[in-house]
Amino acid sequence: MSNLNLIKTVKDIPPEEYLAPGHRLCAGCGAPIVVRLALKAVPGPKIVVSATGCLEVATTIFPYTSWKVPWVHSAFENAAATASGIEAAFRALEKKKGAKKPKIIVFGGDGGTFDIGLQALSGALERGHDLLYICYDNEAYMNTGIQRSSATPKGAATTTSPAGRVIPGKLERKKDLIGIAVAHGVEYAATANPAYPVDLYNKLLKAAAVKGPTVIHYYTPCPTGWRSDPSRGIEIARLAVQTRIWPVYEYDHGTWRINIMVKKPKPVEEYFKLQGRFRHLLQPENKWLLEEIKKDVEENWNRLLKLAGLKT
Amino acid sequence: MARIVGMNGDTAVAYAVKQADVDVIAAYPITPQTIIVEKLSEYVNNGELNAAYVPVESEHSALSACVGASLAGARVFTATASQGLALMYEILYIASSLRTTIVMALGNRAFSAPINIHCSHDDAYAVRDAGWIELFAENVQEAYDLTFQAFRIAEDKNVLFPTIVNLDGFILTHSLEGVNVFEDEEIPKFLPPKEPVNPIDPEKPVSYGPLDLFDYYIEHKKQQAEALKASYPHILKVFEEFREFSGRSYKPLKTLSMEDAEVAVIILGSAAGTVRDVVRKLREKGEKVGVVSLTLYRPFPQEELVKVLKGVKAVAVMDRSYSYGSPGAQLFMDVAATLINVRDKPLLFNVIYGLGGRDLKPEHVVQVFEHAKKVAKEGEVPEKEVWIGVRE
Repeated sequence: MSNLNLIKTVKDIPPEEYLAPGHRLCAGCGAPIVVRLALKAVPGPKIVVSATGCLEVATTIFPYTSWKVPWVHSAFENAAATASGIEAAFRALEKKKGAKKPKIIVFGGDGGTFDIGLQALSGALERGHDLLYICYDNEAYMNTGIQRSSATPKGAATTTSPAGRVIPGKLERKKDLIGIAVAHGVEYAATANPAYPVDLYNKLLKAAAVKGPTVIHYYTPCPTGWRSDPSRGIEIARLAVQTRIWPVYEYDHGTWRINIMVKKPKPVEEYFKLQGRFRHLLQPENKWLLEEIKKDVEENWNRLLKLAGLKT
Repeated sequence: MARIVGMNGDTAVAYAVKQADVDVIAAYPITPQTIIVEKLSEYVNNGELNAAYVPVESEHSALSACVGASLAGARVFTATASQGLALMYEILYIASSLRTTIVMALGNRAFSAPINIHCSHDDAYAVRDAGWIELFAENVQEAYDLTFQAFRIAEDKNVLFPTIVNLDGFILTHSLEGVNVFEDEEIPKFLPPKEPVNPIDPEKPVSYGPLDLFDYYIEHKKQQAEALKASYPHILKVFEEFREFSGRSYKPLKTLSMEDAEVAVIILGSAAGTVRDVVRKLREKGEKVGVVSLTLYRPFPQEELVKVLKGVKAVAVMDRSYSYGSPGAQLFMDVAATLINVRDKPLLFNVIYGLGGRDLKPEHVVQVFEHAKKVAKEGEVPEKEVWIGVRE
């Protein structure tokens, strides 16, 4: 891992692009950022597998495609399984015919990863396929019109967890994807955020260097689903980190690191007030939920500090 | 050249898959096909088969992995049955529409509920609309032979559709039979390595499985429909080449005593042997009975069937399944639709038999022919749907 060409500034990111413009992702969508960076960071020949979702429908409307690398879409819940088959095929053909095995990159949204695709992902991680799985998490089923997923954060309003008079949005906590990945014995797993592109790029480099399954959990601003200003996506992404709501950390061959240390967190209200999905949390009648969320955020941060061997 | 080995249907299929030098196997255990995947795992782990075995966590992932592997250019195999096939359902259509060349052995087993591990053709019929080619084995030798032919058919540049070899659960999967096997070195003469068409290639990036809306979808579906129809003569060609290779002849329809038959049975799978035995006996008594069994179920051999049923007065279409609320069970509807515009067609009735592994006995078949003779004689069908071998 030491011989990786980790970058120091965004200027070190190669200029070549493998995702052509003209795709139909929304203005301000965070997904293409990780796609573009992953295709730059992962060296050598590569194949992309996409789960059904925003990225898939917006980049490949027949007869057009934005993908300058081989791209495969089969269904919603099976991206990790489809990728497993491709990886196995190249492994077999490499042995038989000497064909060079490309790196497989998988993109799934939070619905396709945390919910319906979790079993297929678990299987692929357990079997140890050589693939980089990237979950672009916009915290709800955005492609079908903003429905709650198990990645939707507590308090968020979606069309299936609306901020009602009795139940003010989603009441359950977000699932711990990195914990799930690490429990499978993967060598590398990390969260990443577009407001920290150097960290994101270096994580893609580290993940790609592992021979085996790795997971990147990527924070994906979604102005459409979050009811936020498309021009402020990166600002919101940075606030997610600076409030400690969305910690940026990694598990690297047994070592946990908090990559973006937040010594003095900003008030969560600053993050919430920029997004329509959270605005109801600032109403006096929902103060109890806001307090619960603050407690959750602190608990999670302390959990990560402990994992990283730091004082709480 | 002839070497006869005692094998059950599952081991025969596994042996054929090994001899076919498959590249990727992705499968999940389910009775009654489990022996197939056990044997294949053994071959791989003992170094007798140079393939990647992907021990997936579900049948849904099994077929998904097969889709990926096939697109990547590999020769791919999976096996399943019943509930496993049902779990694959979503991916069945994707596998055919992406023109993969997956070969699947289906150890035919009844759908739940109630849960039952024995033979019905529910799973085979569940694939009928999905764009796969479906073959039916009548005995273990056929299961072995059809497995090679399935690879040739699926991978044929003029076909490119996933192909299923159906073999009746337990009746064939677990029955020991002497099988005439090939020597490994003979196989490439009939089945050379796969030459993939447009496989995934980083040098030549292609997007597989894009979003396709109202402006193109229906054209693509029509192309797919035409492609499956156009595969028919190429399937026949593979059958013919297999005959030249092995001396064993396969045809879409297998017939006995149909030349002058007045009444006939149409049937799928292992029970055809029982019917054939009864036909021989009834013929000895001078009865004008015949039997048609289908080796090729999809694409459905319509022209051949019309030809073979010419002059027949009454036909019992026997289904080892049921289609709730439909005007008939699945094979019955296929036959009825095939004959719909034919003049002077036979009267048809539907016999439901053998569900969940219930034996079809020769006396049941005699009853079916008695019924058919009555229909032929009276020129009308008093009961369109007859259940046989059922306690009242």
